[in-house]
Amino acid sequence: MKKIEILGTGCPKCLKLADNARGAAEALKLQYELRKVTDIQEIMSFGVMMTPALVVDGIVKAAGKVPSVEDIKKILAE
Amino acid sequence: MQQEDSCLCRPAPTLIFACSGAADTGEIADRAARRLHAERAGVMYCLAGIGGRVSGIVKSTEAAARVLAIDGCQLDCARRTLELAGMTGFGHLRVTDLGLIKGKTDITPERIQQVVDSARAVLNDEQKEGPR
Repeated sequence: MKKIEILGTGCPKCLKLADNARGAAEALKLQYELRKVTDIQEIMSFGVMMTPALVVDGIVKAAGKVPSVEDIKKILAE
Repeated sequence: MQQEDSCLCRPAPTLIFACSGAADTGEIADRAARRLHAERAGVMYCLAGIGGRVSGIVKSTEAAARVLAIDGCQLDCARRTLELAGMTGFGHLRVTDLGLIKGKTDITPERIQQVVDSARAVLNDEQKEGPR
């Protein structure tokens, strides 16, 4: 079970990243849970300076940008 | 450093790392970086997080518009730490290149300001060269 977290306060970029992450996980037929982290203090506990950010199994994989579905598929396949 | 309590979906910032070393020149590097942060020339960020490969800090640094490393001496610990984490193309300033001598430099407001001014010049040069 992959644990995917989307860090962001809910702006369009954050929503797009969540859509892309969901699309990538579905395309890979992964078992996953996706959680949106919107609390600014919890976001900062990851050490990120910029959002949106993508976290997989507790590791920040991207920050300050919206990776494509294809890019996220590569990240999830690691 | 404390962050503003607002959305973090903002343009990529300039990040400033100091060696913050034990020597007098390391302290000057640290205090110059803190002043640059206070004056909003950039955001001081945690070099130890780069060394410790804290994923959020590494990924944020990769996404920064510009990065400046300030080292206290020729050992260049900040520059080397960033390079070992795969960072390239960042600005670099060495305090001892400004005529300050490691182990023989009193920490004064004037010397900190000297480093701040030099750091601003490095950042301005980087800006002219365009984004990383």
